[in-house]
Amino acid sequence: MSIAERWLGDWARRQQAQLEEYGLMVRAFRRDRLGMLSLVVIAVFILGAIFAPHLTPYPEEGRGEPNLANRFLPPSREHPFGTDYLGRDVLARILFGGRSSLGIGFLVVIIAVVIGIPLGAVAGYSGGWLDEVIMRITDLWLSFPPLLLAIAIAAALGPSLTNAMIAIALTWWPWYTRLVRAQTVSLRERFFIEAARGMGVNRMTIIFRHILPNVVTPVLVQGTMDIGSAILTGAAMSFIGLGAQPPIPDWGTMISKGRIYIMGQPWYGTFPGLAIFLVTLAFNLMGDTVRDVADPRSRRVA
Amino acid sequence: MSELLVSVENLHIRFRTYAGQVHAVNGVNLDIRRGEVFGLVGETGCGKTVTGLSLLRLVPHPGEIVAGRITFDGQDILSLSEQEMRDIRGARIAMIFQDPAASLNPVFSVGEQIEMVIRQHQAVTRRVARQRTLEMLETVGLPDPPQIARTYPHELSGGMQQRVMIALALASNASLLIADEPTTALDVTIQAQILTLLTQLKESRGLSILLVTHNMGVVAGTCDRVAVLYVGHVVERGRTRDIFKEMKHPYTQGLLAAIPKPGSHGKPLPAISGSVPSGLDVIPGCPFEPRCSYAMQVCRQSPPPLVCVGREHYVACHLFVKGGSK
Amino acid sequence: MISQSGSGNLLLEVRGLTKYFTQRRGLFSLRAQPVRAVDGVSLKVQRRETLGVVGESGCGKTTLGRCILRLIEPTSGEVLFEGINILTLGSTEMRRHWRNMQMVFQNPFSSLNPRLNVLRLVSEPLRTHTDLRADALSARVVELLERVGLKREHLFRYPHEFSGGQCQRIAVARALALNPKLLILDEPTSAVDVSVQAQILNLLQELQREFNLTYLFISHNLSVVQHISERIAVMYLGKVVELSKSETIFGGALHPYTEALLSSTPIPDPDVKKERIILEGGVPSPINPPPGCRFHPRCPRVMPLCSKAEPVLIDVGNGHLVACHRYEGPA
Repeated sequence: MSIAERWLGDWARRQQAQLEEYGLMVRAFRRDRLGMLSLVVIAVFILGAIFAPHLTPYPEEGRGEPNLANRFLPPSREHPFGTDYLGRDVLARILFGGRSSLGIGFLVVIIAVVIGIPLGAVAGYSGGWLDEVIMRITDLWLSFPPLLLAIAIAAALGPSLTNAMIAIALTWWPWYTRLVRAQTVSLRERFFIEAARGMGVNRMTIIFRHILPNVVTPVLVQGTMDIGSAILTGAAMSFIGLGAQPPIPDWGTMISKGRIYIMGQPWYGTFPGLAIFLVTLAFNLMGDTVRDVADPRSRRVA
Repeated sequence: MSELLVSVENLHIRFRTYAGQVHAVNGVNLDIRRGEVFGLVGETGCGKTVTGLSLLRLVPHPGEIVAGRITFDGQDILSLSEQEMRDIRGARIAMIFQDPAASLNPVFSVGEQIEMVIRQHQAVTRRVARQRTLEMLETVGLPDPPQIARTYPHELSGGMQQRVMIALALASNASLLIADEPTTALDVTIQAQILTLLTQLKESRGLSILLVTHNMGVVAGTCDRVAVLYVGHVVERGRTRDIFKEMKHPYTQGLLAAIPKPGSHGKPLPAISGSVPSGLDVIPGCPFEPRCSYAMQVCRQSPPPLVCVGREHYVACHLFVKGGSK
Repeated sequence: MISQSGSGNLLLEVRGLTKYFTQRRGLFSLRAQPVRAVDGVSLKVQRRETLGVVGESGCGKTTLGRCILRLIEPTSGEVLFEGINILTLGSTEMRRHWRNMQMVFQNPFSSLNPRLNVLRLVSEPLRTHTDLRADALSARVVELLERVGLKREHLFRYPHEFSGGQCQRIAVARALALNPKLLILDEPTSAVDVSVQAQILNLLQELQREFNLTYLFISHNLSVVQHISERIAVMYLGKVVELSKSETIFGGALHPYTEALLSSTPIPDPDVKKERIILEGGVPSPINPPPGCRFHPRCPRVMPLCSKAEPVLIDVGNGHLVACHRYEGPA
């Protein structure tokens, strides 16, 4: 067999092996009805946010342009969710608002994970004084009530969407450090780590090649659920005015404003609240499904 | 009271997995008499654990008993209600497992756990339960029963934990003990102690024991009769002495030959070629045929019948069907 | 006897190896109770021989294996590989030195990273120590796989797709990748069935002949150990209590613990009516070993001297070493 033939054969085998694993994962996912439903809900929201300008006849209102002639219209065929106090179509506001709210959710978790994973892995694997130092700093951070800390940081940095995101991310990373450290410590005792050391592999390579890939699963599960919570926290920040500033649409600010009008024009505050509720719920349910799908052994039971 | 305590007829158990149906147990027939130790021996995947669990109707999901009859002390196990089964589990049939630490609740002391079992099945006062607990602990050879009763499971060694499990099993006067690999996780010297204890209990209390194991040495030393399982089929069954001294089935021979013995040093062990099939496909003929050095045409086509080759000695192999000779 | 590096038949020599694990009892305790996992072990292993190390849990055999490989740092003693004390090597030299000795672990699934496929698992030592890459690398991996009875088709599969026996073969292939001289096998067949065990033992014997390997075979199963080893060392609570040729251990063991071990080992023969020497009690913990001879509380042939003085390993003839007061000759 020539090199090319061997290479082709190997490539085919590699593809087949991977396809099988993905196939099993997709199957496992599809079997979980609730998970599928959540995925659909999340997809709807994400697509809605991305394609917002094309999905509504009122893109400028969505972005913030007032239309004072249409103030406080109740839900109707032209305005399925009614209009707000500046006459803007609420549905359009929700679609565009999804960009800030969902955006905060994803970015917060990504930043927290990027900070938390390396810190946790290094702490867990090294042990000794490095572990102590990192974990005590983590503990210190965790001793502040997270929402208050986020508010304090955001207030110090000045109210804006970006600053709110930074503030929340800064209160979230310690959880991931702890999670990853615990996983690392338990992995450290496994034989394959000893085997790697016995092969002469250096410490950093062990952490990246052996520890981190095995730590991905719990982080993925936790992260998926956390996106929902991050969205909620982001909305809370906006609610008190520290997040997205008007006229940037944001579900939290919409609820905040909607509070005042809740008696006469309930649609303004209710629909953004509903949106937050649905998205958070969907991410939480998805987290459970991700956990089941990610375990290669549970995939194989019918 | 008849001598027969348990009778299993034509038991079939299937597991539904993503890849298809796994035929874990295929037409197993066996019987256990009062006061005997019956060994169920085989390698991983032969269905021995599941068979043991089926006596208590504790076959885990996604498995289910799809055919067969199980009789315990005259009662048809498979037709009982769940409530009636609960009255049997732990009271008339008890079970001990491989990892005693996992079977004991870590937040209750040993004495409390035994008392709980006693009072679950018998309407007795606390004092009587306490008394029985101490008696049980002494019966299983634990030193200083009052002290042991106060300890928590994690404070005891593996061997002592397993004795506690046996005490738990005996606490309600069970007539059958199902022991699933009870000594596999223990050191050899402790294993010897536990097996001696089981033999003593058989003799002193007339306890019947179904000993599920993969260790032929344990079978040889402790069991009165044995059934050898392969992929859910009983391939050979009979008294221990007959099985070891006049083994007939090629699988039994292969299994015994593959065990290192004193004097086998340096020579390659006669290993059975190939590996155990997964149980996914329905095999028309003999399950061992692909690996059998005596395989004949008929072995691939039809399942071998159980043939009597000696007193109480049965083999499922075409080599012994009338006319065939070895 | 002074061994020179590289010459002679002596591959490995262990002198007075100890490993104490310190447990901290509370934050302020000054008296840390050490777990004496290995307490003064000395032995020699010749090239191309298999030395079996047998004992029950807590005897220190696993820790001994790890100390010899320097996966954990011994508390004291020397480990001489071809004359060089590897305990004095710096970390870079030690990493290079690991090409010479490798370990096969007990639990086949746990010794393979579940997230890596077979190619990456077996090629890891090659990637770390050689320049082999791409096609040459996979060729070498396939060569190793075929040598242990696996195929090219298995290259991209993951450990959970294999049986225990196959995983163990993968582990052996990985251990052989760099052509080591010494292989430490820590209970390599304890987690597999009898028929698979036979296949793996046969494979190990073939590989030993083909590649001139030296084995240190650690197990609690006496039958398996005597089958594959020329000499056997019996350990109890961190010490070697008897060391001799396989046949001698089985035919004429001297130490009472070895006798008890032998009589407790179940033999697949119902006619062998052994009077089982049933030992009282369980194995004491290595934190507080009994004074004098560590086995004396359970010894069926105990003498008054046994609780006062520790016996040393002495040669009673023909290289048969025993640590028992009953065999100490006059003076």
